Amino acid sequence: MPTLVFLEHHGDELQKGSLGVLSKAASLVDEVAGVVAGSGVAELAAQAGKFGAAKVYVADDPALEAPLPQPRVDVLAQLVETGGFDTVLFANSVLAADVAAGLAARLGAGLNWDLTDIAREDGRLVGKRPALEDSVYVDVGWTSEPRLALFRSGSFDPAETGRDAAVEDVSVELQDFSTKARMVEQAHEEASGPSIEDADVIVAGGRGLGQPENFKLVEELAAALGGAVAATRAVVDAGWYPYAAQVGQTGRSVSPKLYVACGISGAIQHKVGMQSSGTIVAINKDPNAPIFEFCDLGVVGDLHQIIPKLTELVRARRAA
Amino acid sequence: MKIAVCVKQVPEGPRTRIDPSSKRLDRSGEAALNAYDAHAVEEGLRVKEATGDGEVVVVSMGPEKAADALRKALAMGADRALLVSDEALAGSDLVVTSAVLAKALERESPDLVLFGQQGSDSDGAVLWAAVADRLRRPLVSQVAELTIDDASLTAKRQTEFGYDVIEAPLPAVVAVSDAINEPRYPSLKGIMGAKKKPQETLALADLELEEGGSASRTEVYALGDPPPRGETRKIEDDGSAAEEIVAFLAEKRLI
Repeated sequence: MPTLVFLEHHGDELQKGSLGVLSKAASLVDEVAGVVAGSGVAELAAQAGKFGAAKVYVADDPALEAPLPQPRVDVLAQLVETGGFDTVLFANSVLAADVAAGLAARLGAGLNWDLTDIAREDGRLVGKRPALEDSVYVDVGWTSEPRLALFRSGSFDPAETGRDAAVEDVSVELQDFSTKARMVEQAHEEASGPSIEDADVIVAGGRGLGQPENFKLVEELAAALGGAVAATRAVVDAGWYPYAAQVGQTGRSVSPKLYVACGISGAIQHKVGMQSSGTIVAINKDPNAPIFEFCDLGVVGDLHQIIPKLTELVRARRAA
Repeated sequence: MKIAVCVKQVPEGPRTRIDPSSKRLDRSGEAALNAYDAHAVEEGLRVKEATGDGEVVVVSMGPEKAADALRKALAMGADRALLVSDEALAGSDLVVTSAVLAKALERESPDLVLFGQQGSDSDGAVLWAAVADRLRRPLVSQVAELTIDDASLTAKRQTEFGYDVIEAPLPAVVAVSDAINEPRYPSLKGIMGAKKKPQETLALADLELEEGGSASRTEVYALGDPPPRGETRKIEDDGSAAEEIVAFLAEKRLI
């Protein structure tokens, strides 16, 4: 079951989500390869060996510099056809979803998305997919090869198995239409505080904070707990907090040991980005907020009263 | 400027479920225009208004009653509707759906194809990329701002890392984010007028396609309950909530 994993990178880092999928694949099958597509990415490829890739294909071409999906479909289609891969796995992202779906059309291959796990059961590959706002868990499969799967971000943690990967360059033949879209200006990450993807503790703020100034409460609690600050899309869109801190469907997916949600209702778009957190504590004044259905400790109350006190108590405990 | 907007009718209401016998989404109950798609319709109308002339065609694949969702788009201001409806299409996956839509779009040869950011029923957020590949057209997804010039578009794409600016020549395929606009409400005049607008329904054979849902490459094996998430302890703040949170965190060895 030769399996190929799409390894997404940003700047000079392979994305944690892709490495998690790679580790998962390596735990299921022997022959796992990764593919890195970009410009000046040869160095990156070697990193993937640690996380389970026996081989890493590198498509290095200036035309692949911008993170646009269509030329990557060309690269993957070519690899699947020449490399005989019967399974291709992706960690979800704006880019990866478009690559996966383009590849599905190109190869006439089945794509299952939003998977949170994959297993071999009765000799076949079975994807696990929460559906209808996670109210039902569906076992999904494929009727032909290659099988394509897109995993919800945060589904798997990267595991360092310490192997070296063989690196192989692949030449790239791009379709005319694939290079028509052109990146004029690429987003640059705003560097502010610790990255939320790597933090063990996250304190997140939503609209329930009332006003942007109240993010100070969240920041102070995060500092006391030694954690990072995150935000919902609503407050990022409103300009209260930088985009780099956004958790949810159109932001980051995180799985810290502790997630403290302050004034966050828990809409599905936010939930998908943080539900795999170890422990979730929610503070919200609305007793009917959906977040109370998937947190471990839910506190109905006024966060403006509770958070400063909580910060004090945590500080005192730390100092003791 | 000819603009095609791909839309979908989705089940509505709290009783949305997957039929345990067919293992497909039960589409027999209340249904509505997918809310994300209303943003795509709105953007199509805005592009048409900005360019001064043109046509907005809404295109869908679904059961016959999906015509209701198309009528909502017509009431918002779209000019014409095209529905591909065929019993053989039940259970279509991405491979089949994208092939059908691409065929329908080829008939229309629009300058711009618009999609909404996801299907609220399937959580699918991929269809445009498959359709763009079949049409061999440039693609931009997750678009929060769109500007159309004569022969090209400029799009602001929202990703995990911030905003990109992407340019592409027309014809092109664009999937808009729901941050792009506020969809207008249909006016009474719009609702009355929608009934008189052209609505065409095509079967698979009309598109010279033979295989429907049976050509799907994915399948559903089983349905199950979500794994239990452990108990939620819920408390009302009586002035001691901060202490209780600290005790809880200490018990879990998180502080």
